Amino acid sequence: MPPQAWMNFSVTLRVDQRLEERALPVVGACLLPQSDMIETEQLTRRYGALTAVDSLSIRAEPGQVLGLLGPNGAGKTTVMRMIAGFLEPSSGTARVCGYDVRREPLKAKRVLGYLPEGAPSYGELTVREFLTFIIRMRGLNREDGYRRFERVVGGLQLEGVLDQCIDTLSKGLRRRVGLAQAIVHNPQVLVLDEPTDGLDPNQKHTVRQLIDVMARDRTILISTHLLEEVHALCNRVVIIANGRLLADATPAELEARSRYHGAVSFSAPGSGVSQEMLGRLPQVASIEVDPLDGRITVFPRPGERILEPVETLLRQQGLEVSEIQLERGRLDEVFRHITTGGEGHA
Amino acid sequence: MNPVAAVARRELRSYFVTPVAYVFLVIFLVLAGILTFYAGDFYDRQQADLQPFFSMHPWLYLVLVPAVSMRLWAEEAKGGTLELLLSLPLTLAQAMLGKFLAAWLFIGMALLLTFPIWITVNYLGSPDNGVILAGYIGSWLMAGGFLAIGACLSAVTQSQVVAFVLTVVVCYLLILAGQPQVLDFFQGTLPRKLVNGVAHLSMLRHFQAISRGVLDLRDLLFFVLSMAAWLTAGVLVLDLKRTA
Repeated sequence: MPPQAWMNFSVTLRVDQRLEERALPVVGACLLPQSDMIETEQLTRRYGALTAVDSLSIRAEPGQVLGLLGPNGAGKTTVMRMIAGFLEPSSGTARVCGYDVRREPLKAKRVLGYLPEGAPSYGELTVREFLTFIIRMRGLNREDGYRRFERVVGGLQLEGVLDQCIDTLSKGLRRRVGLAQAIVHNPQVLVLDEPTDGLDPNQKHTVRQLIDVMARDRTILISTHLLEEVHALCNRVVIIANGRLLADATPAELEARSRYHGAVSFSAPGSGVSQEMLGRLPQVASIEVDPLDGRITVFPRPGERILEPVETLLRQQGLEVSEIQLERGRLDEVFRHITTGGEGHA
Repeated sequence: MNPVAAVARRELRSYFVTPVAYVFLVIFLVLAGILTFYAGDFYDRQQADLQPFFSMHPWLYLVLVPAVSMRLWAEEAKGGTLELLLSLPLTLAQAMLGKFLAAWLFIGMALLLTFPIWITVNYLGSPDNGVILAGYIGSWLMAGGFLAIGACLSAVTQSQVVAFVLTVVVCYLLILAGQPQVLDFFQGTLPRKLVNGVAHLSMLRHFQAISRGVLDLRDLLFFVLSMAAWLTAGVLVLDLKRTA
C-alpha cells in the first residue's frame, strides 16, 4: 500500500472515532473533501416538449442542509431523481462528492443516501428483511452491516416493529423505515424528497428531529413545499419554479426580502389606537389593520428601525398593548412573490 | 454480497411471503399431473418414459411463466420501488440478472417438485433416466427463455396485465414458429432461407430436440442466446425509460 493510502486510512479512522459518540455517526467516504458535496451544473431534463428542469446550477457545501423549495410541479423531484441516478439528465450533470452521476454513477450512488418521494419500500417484507436487503445491496460486510443495522434501528426507534410487514406500518413509521434505508450505509450526502409530506404534526416533529440529528455531520438536500420546514431545518434555501432557479439564499436573507421584515405588529384590544399618530412617526411608511382580529401592523421606511419609537409612542399615549412583536419577515409572502411575481431576485 | 445475489434473494423472499409462490407451485404441479395423465395418455401408451409429461410443458409454461414474469418490473415501477432500487449502487444489467435468476430458480424449484412422476415411471418400468434428465434440462431452459421474454416485456409497462398478455402472445408465436401452419403462411411471402430462419426460432423445436435426449450444443446455445438477447433488450428498455 502506498504511503498516501495509509494516510487516508488513518484519517478515516479518526473521523470515525470522533463521530462514534454521536447518535448516528458517519464514516468519511468522500474522496474529494475539498469539493462541494452536491453540485449540479446546468442540469436540464426534458420530457418531450416539456422542460421540467432548466439549466439548474446549485451546490451544497459540506455540513449544509440545503432546502429545495418550489410549488408543486416545480421540478424538485426531477432534480433529486437525477442526483440520485434514477433519471438521466437531458443535458448538464450533477456531482455527488465530486463523482459525476453520468460518468461514475455507481461511485456517486455509493456515497449517497436517498429517500424517494413517499418513501417507497417492499411492503411485503418485514422491516428487518428490508433493511437487510439494503445492507446487502450497499455491500457492507457482515460485521459492519450488523453494527450499522443496530445503530440505525436504535436511532430511528424501529426496534418494536422489526418483524412487522412494512405494509402494516403507519405512515410515520414507514417514513422512518425509508430514512433508515437511506442512512444505513452511513452516507455523507443525503437527498430527502419531501420527508415530512403527509405526516401528522407529531410525526413531522419526530422526522425533523431525526433530520436535525443527521445533519450534524452530513450534507443534506431536502425538498419541501412547507415553509415552516425551512426555519426548522435548512441553513440555505434554493427556490425553483418551472424548473428554473429563482432564488438562492439563507432563510434570513429571504425573510429580509419580505415586506414584513422589520415591521412591528401589536394587538391593542379595546383601545382606540390612533393610526394618525403612528403615521406621524418619521420612520413609519404605512399602517395596516387586520380586519378580522384588529391587529395593527406598522411598516417601516427602508432602513429604519421602528420597534422603539412605536413602543415609546404607545407608552406615552398610555395605551394598553397586550403583546407586541417585531416581525422577521414572512417566508410565505416571499415565496409567493418569488414564484408567482415573475421577478427573479427580489 | 454481490448485488445480483442480493436482488435475487430479495425477489425470492417476496415470492414466498406472498401467495405468489404457493399458488404457482400448486397450480403448476396439479396441471402438470393432470395434463400428463389425461391429455398425455401416460398409462395407455404403455411406455416407461416421461415424453407425455414433457410434451405438455410448453403449454403449461405459456400460461404460468408470464404469470411469474409479469410482476418483475411492472410491479416495481407501479409501486415506486423502482426508484429505490435504481438509486442503489448496481447496474441495470445486474438488477435484471438478479430478478431473472430469482424467477428462473423458482421455476426450477417447481420443476424439481415434479419428482414423484419420475419415481412413478421408475417404479412402473425402467426408463432411460438420461433422457429424463435431458428432458428436465430442456424444460428448464425453455422456461428460462419464456421468462427472459417476460422480464423484458414487464420492463415495457407499468401494468402487470399488459405485461402478461404481451408475454403470452410472444411466447405463443415462438412456440408456433416451427409449426407447418405458420411456415406455410410464410412460404408464399418470404424467401426460403428466411422461412428456415423462422422455423429455427421455434422454442418447441429446440425443446423437443433436447427432450428426446439429444443434448446438441446448438439447441443449448439457442436457449442461452435467446435468454441473453431478451434480457439485454429488457435492460435497454429500462435504460431508455431512464433517459427518455
